[in-house]
Amino acid sequence: MNNQSDNTLVIVEGVAKVFHRGAEDIQVLADLHLKVPAGEFLALMGPSGSGKTTLLNLIGGLDRPSEGVVEVAGERLDQLSDRRLAAWRARHIGFVFQLYNLMPMLTAERNVELSLLLTHLSKAERKKHVDAALAVVGLLPRARHYPRTLSGGEQQRVGIARGIVTDPTLLLCDEPTGDLDRKAGDGILDLLQALNREHGKTIIMVTHDPHASARASRTLHLDKGQLSDEAVK
Amino acid sequence: MKFFQLIWSNLKRKKLRTSLTLLSIVVAFILFGFLSAVKQALVGGVELAGADRLVVRHKVSIIQLLPESYKARIERIPGVVLATHQTWFGGVYRDQKNFFMQNPVVPEEFLKMHPELVLPPDQTKAWLQTRTGAIVGRKTAERFHWKIGDKVPLRTPIWQKEDGSQTWEFDIVGIYDGKDKRMDTTALFFHYDYFDEARRGGKGQVGWYSIRVKDPGQAPEVARRVDEEFENSAAETKAEPEGAFIQGWANAIGNIVLIVAAILGAVFFTILLVAGNTMAQSVRERTGEWGVLKAIGYSNGQVVWLVLAESCLLTVLGGGLGLAVAWLMIARGDPTGGLLPTFLFPRRDVLVGLAISLALGLVAGIFPALQAMRLRVAEALRRM
Amino acid sequence: MAGPINWFSQIASITKFGLLSLPQRRGAVLAAMIGIAGVVSVLVGVLSIAAGFRQAMTVSGSPDRAIVLRSGAESEMVSGLGRDETRVIADAPGLARTAQGSLASAELFVIINLPKRTTGTDANVPLRGVGPAALQVRDKLRIEEGRMFERGKAEVIVGTGAAREFAGLETGSRIKVGRYEWPVVGVFSASGGVSESEIWTDAKVLQDAYHRGDSFQAVYAKLNSPGAFQEFKDSLTSNPQLTVKVVRQSDYYAEQSETVTRLITTLGVLIAFLMAMGAVFGALNTMYSAVSARTREIATLRALGFGGSAVIVSVMVESLLLALIGGAIGGALAYAAFNNFHTSTMNWQSFSQVTFAFRVTPALLVRGVVWASVIGLIGGLFPAMRAARLPIATALREL
Repeated sequence: MNNQSDNTLVIVEGVAKVFHRGAEDIQVLADLHLKVPAGEFLALMGPSGSGKTTLLNLIGGLDRPSEGVVEVAGERLDQLSDRRLAAWRARHIGFVFQLYNLMPMLTAERNVELSLLLTHLSKAERKKHVDAALAVVGLLPRARHYPRTLSGGEQQRVGIARGIVTDPTLLLCDEPTGDLDRKAGDGILDLLQALNREHGKTIIMVTHDPHASARASRTLHLDKGQLSDEAVK
Repeated sequence: MKFFQLIWSNLKRKKLRTSLTLLSIVVAFILFGFLSAVKQALVGGVELAGADRLVVRHKVSIIQLLPESYKARIERIPGVVLATHQTWFGGVYRDQKNFFMQNPVVPEEFLKMHPELVLPPDQTKAWLQTRTGAIVGRKTAERFHWKIGDKVPLRTPIWQKEDGSQTWEFDIVGIYDGKDKRMDTTALFFHYDYFDEARRGGKGQVGWYSIRVKDPGQAPEVARRVDEEFENSAAETKAEPEGAFIQGWANAIGNIVLIVAAILGAVFFTILLVAGNTMAQSVRERTGEWGVLKAIGYSNGQVVWLVLAESCLLTVLGGGLGLAVAWLMIARGDPTGGLLPTFLFPRRDVLVGLAISLALGLVAGIFPALQAMRLRVAEALRRM
Repeated sequence: MAGPINWFSQIASITKFGLLSLPQRRGAVLAAMIGIAGVVSVLVGVLSIAAGFRQAMTVSGSPDRAIVLRSGAESEMVSGLGRDETRVIADAPGLARTAQGSLASAELFVIINLPKRTTGTDANVPLRGVGPAALQVRDKLRIEEGRMFERGKAEVIVGTGAAREFAGLETGSRIKVGRYEWPVVGVFSASGGVSESEIWTDAKVLQDAYHRGDSFQAVYAKLNSPGAFQEFKDSLTSNPQLTVKVVRQSDYYAEQSETVTRLITTLGVLIAFLMAMGAVFGALNTMYSAVSARTREIATLRALGFGGSAVIVSVMVESLLLALIGGAIGGALAYAAFNNFHTSTMNWQSFSQVTFAFRVTPALLVRGVVWASVIGLIGGLFPAMRAARLPIATALREL
């Protein structure tokens, strides 16, 4: 447990990731360095295949680096076992996916509750948190609706509510507006900005949309496994 | 259980598939219940045998008779508390199909020997006092709609009366039940005196003896002494504990247990296939969702648990329903119309059935569960 | 509207695509086939018990054979005939005759106890004393091993069924008969009939051993033709010296086995019915999965212009094919496992053992295949209709 004196939340150092596809080895990331302070709204941009999602997965503890160190909130993710990673994720990370990934047979509020089922909270306490999360995203009236009766934007809001209901340290968003029209997308970005500015949430967002990245406090570009501040022309 | 909603919602996902799987499980367990009843009817008697009773029959075959005079000699053998005899009457009621056991007995001794037979005191008294009186078990009484006071004719090919006829008349003076619900209540018992006096041939001869021993542990030893007593006489005996006697009878009917087990084995194997296939498909379709759950922080163990719980919910629901339906069907009575001595669903087998349904759920779900567990989160998410 | 030839070629194409995609769907397909195989084999197995029992009973009774018992006797057990009566019976018209006389065998039997091989517990075996003409009266008889017993000698031959079920009946061993020990000099077969469950000796020898004087229990006779039965029967029943009843051997055995046959048939039918229901549900389920795995592929074909009805037919053809293969496997399994499986059960008239073999008859196998086809057709119909009717766009999105 290393407690940094500055409030750096995420430290990525010398990280490489190689995928084995049959006989081929594909190097997606190589010698990557990144520091993310608490409270930042970071956008990761880059062409498809550049490894943005892979980097996001590594920070979120969904995958392990082939080389290097990944430390989040003082915890060395590359050293945790699968079981402990799962428990760690439950406590520290909220995910928002491009395709919302809601369970179609559960209502909105039950979808949001999924993360809380892993805690020891009582039924009443869980309901309180779920209602609070739905209120933040403005969907409390639609709590009992099934995903199929919600619009794309609404479904994504439910996804965000699910992501924040456990009050995670870090919110990771993978192309959150990728499947939405401009208006709905803007609504989502407004929400994310509010979460960052008013609630102090640290957000790392992967996107290929410059409109989305404009809302972030910092933007980094990823190309051929390398990070830079500027997009490669 | 807080995960119930999640598990249940997954089953509701493809309603048709779930219903069909459920229905085939239900049917399998109806069959299970049904076969349990048949097995109990054919071989269940062994469990109810008296631990402190022996049966003594003619060594060569139960068909051959023993002298009535043996009773006194048997009672003198050390270890013997009480001895009484019964004889095979072999009659039918009106039609050859209406077959059940009727035995002439010595009433007082008989009732003392078989306390598992429950007869109200007033009926006991009536029986002892009525020479042509007979007591009949409830199953047979209900089958032929006999009431106390009815006069019942029975025709037997084996025993002729002095007047040449082969039809004997009896007065129903009592209807008995068994202390244990599983007991056979199809037999009819009447007075030996009436029988012996009226029969033309075989006077003073009886079919077999029941003996009560003082100490059940001594039963085999007493049996040996009985056989020794009658060795080299005109009618040699074979004495054995009641349980062994009934078991021998059951074995003679056939290896019922084996056949039942074989049928059920095949049926459950097929169910396993069907349920396993359903679960495997169901899990495969939700690859992305497993990815999401794992991303949120559900551990491998929890994912396995969720799949197994879903599988078991399906099989236990189907099993429970099937057993309940079987129970109702069996309560309606013997489908063979009286050929079976009893027809009921033993409680123990109900519990076994439930246990099997749980086991089926576990076995059907284990491979899909492991598959879900092994999914790499990142890949699974990509496949949503 | 596609013309008929076009329609058939559509079906052929769709079916071909289906077969090509089989490897991908092999999980569901295998499950469907094995499920049907399992059901067919158990159904056939259970019904082969009844078929075998019936066979044992009917082989024993040819229409040109008659049994004479005392009038009023339900079975040989309780019948009794004196020697004079048997002589009168042997002289009656309608009987087949040889140089030695008419083919009538006056017989009696007793029950002896022997330990069953499978359980070790005792059960009853009939020991029958037969007349000189017995081998010709019961002419499906053959001495398989050893020799026929000699008349007047205290020796026995045993039926193959009895030899299989009970211990200690090999040629050369001795069996305990009452107080005596008699040698087994041969083994005989009777085409699976009831006699195979018995042990035979000379009638006179048995009478002496059991102090039966000169009495018998039945006369088994061979008629000179099946039609001669009425003549034979009438001459005996109208004779004031006799109080007998005359039955055809086939009728007699049918009656004797009625209880057991009824038990087995009732239970067998109930079991078969339940299994068939379970099979239909199971098959529907697995067929649905086998077919729904093709939904996207079928939707693609329909988008390309293949007709809905051609889809239905082709899916049902595949369904039927799977079911037939499953049914054939099931039938073969049943045959291998059950045919000629020997067992024995109790004859409720004499409480002795009757041996018989399970028989998987060609008729049963055909029935098995028919069930499998019906299950396949029913199981394939609904998924087929669904696949044909689903809006193409929806189907293309389905996983």
